Amino acid sequence: MHELPVTENILKVVLRHAEEAKAEKIVSVSLRIGELSDIIEEWLQRYFDYLSKDTPAEGAALRIERVPVIFRCEGCGESFPVKVREVREIVCPSCGGGKAAFVSGREFFIKNIEVI
Amino acid sequence: MADIRLIEIKEKIFADNDKLAGEIRERLLSKKVFMLNLMASPGGGKTSLIVQTLRGLKDHCRTAVIEGDIDSIVDAEKVAEEGVPAVQLRTGGACHLDAVMVDMALQEMKLADLDLIIIENIGNLVCPAEFDTGAVGNVMILSVPEGDDKPLKYPLMFTVCDALVVNKIDYLSIADFDMAALKERVLKLNPKIKIFEVSCKTGEGVPAWVDWLKEEIAAFKK
Repeated sequence: MHELPVTENILKVVLRHAEEAKAEKIVSVSLRIGELSDIIEEWLQRYFDYLSKDTPAEGAALRIERVPVIFRCEGCGESFPVKVREVREIVCPSCGGGKAAFVSGREFFIKNIEVI
Repeated sequence: MADIRLIEIKEKIFADNDKLAGEIRERLLSKKVFMLNLMASPGGGKTSLIVQTLRGLKDHCRTAVIEGDIDSIVDAEKVAEEGVPAVQLRTGGACHLDAVMVDMALQEMKLADLDLIIIENIGNLVCPAEFDTGAVGNVMILSVPEGDDKPLKYPLMFTVCDALVVNKIDYLSIADFDMAALKERVLKLNPKIKIFEVSCKTGEGVPAWVDWLKEEIAAFKK
């Protein structure tokens, strides 16, 4: 729902880095976004195409890596991915234990850019 | 063809917002003003809980409210009826408040005269979870008619909050709502979250919520 401000921020950051690196053109932008973020990838690209017109980022492809939500079993310590929106019970695949704690899945990073 | 170079960035997408939110927190800490960010679905009971909270804290601390909800000139009036200053943010069709908007509201407030600021965020369980407002405490309301499955649909919101107020418990007798299942799901996502069962209509459970808030404010002011 808030893809527009997200895209504005991405563009601002990558243009700053491209300028610092004296790059002429940004070819791609790699993002790392946790599965907990409700971001629609198609919209990000669409907004990015629109906002980046007449900038060095025009035409750049967004490469979005979705990072799974990870829980850690309190019984055996095993870390495992969970589709939090689908499962009602979180069960450790290793020991079958039902007590597990949320570890990660909230990443919201710009990893790198490819420039010419 | 020119060579393609890879530039490592490793920067948070909301680095600017997070930075401003951090500055807001420092400013509030220096003035000893506790700021609470209240989030919920539309109709979850944000304004009702604020009104109940203001009544519970009336003789305890000096409070102001930042009204961010879209349709909330009505909400601001309800808060004003409680004799508490309210700053209305014109958010139009925005889906969340961010640190920039909260900072604008804070410019209009006399922080030296306040102990507590309550932000009424925009009614939405998705976007507000993503944006740091500079608040010290984050609280969400889930009302009984919304259902006990919300942690499955909006897990991020449940992970960023310090407390969950389950509102409209007066509906429990007629609703298909499993409180135990809700608590189990929420605590899995966020083992530290405090859960309060409240009815803003009957007042049931409100004192426990207000007492917790008093303790949070006292700990912050120390």
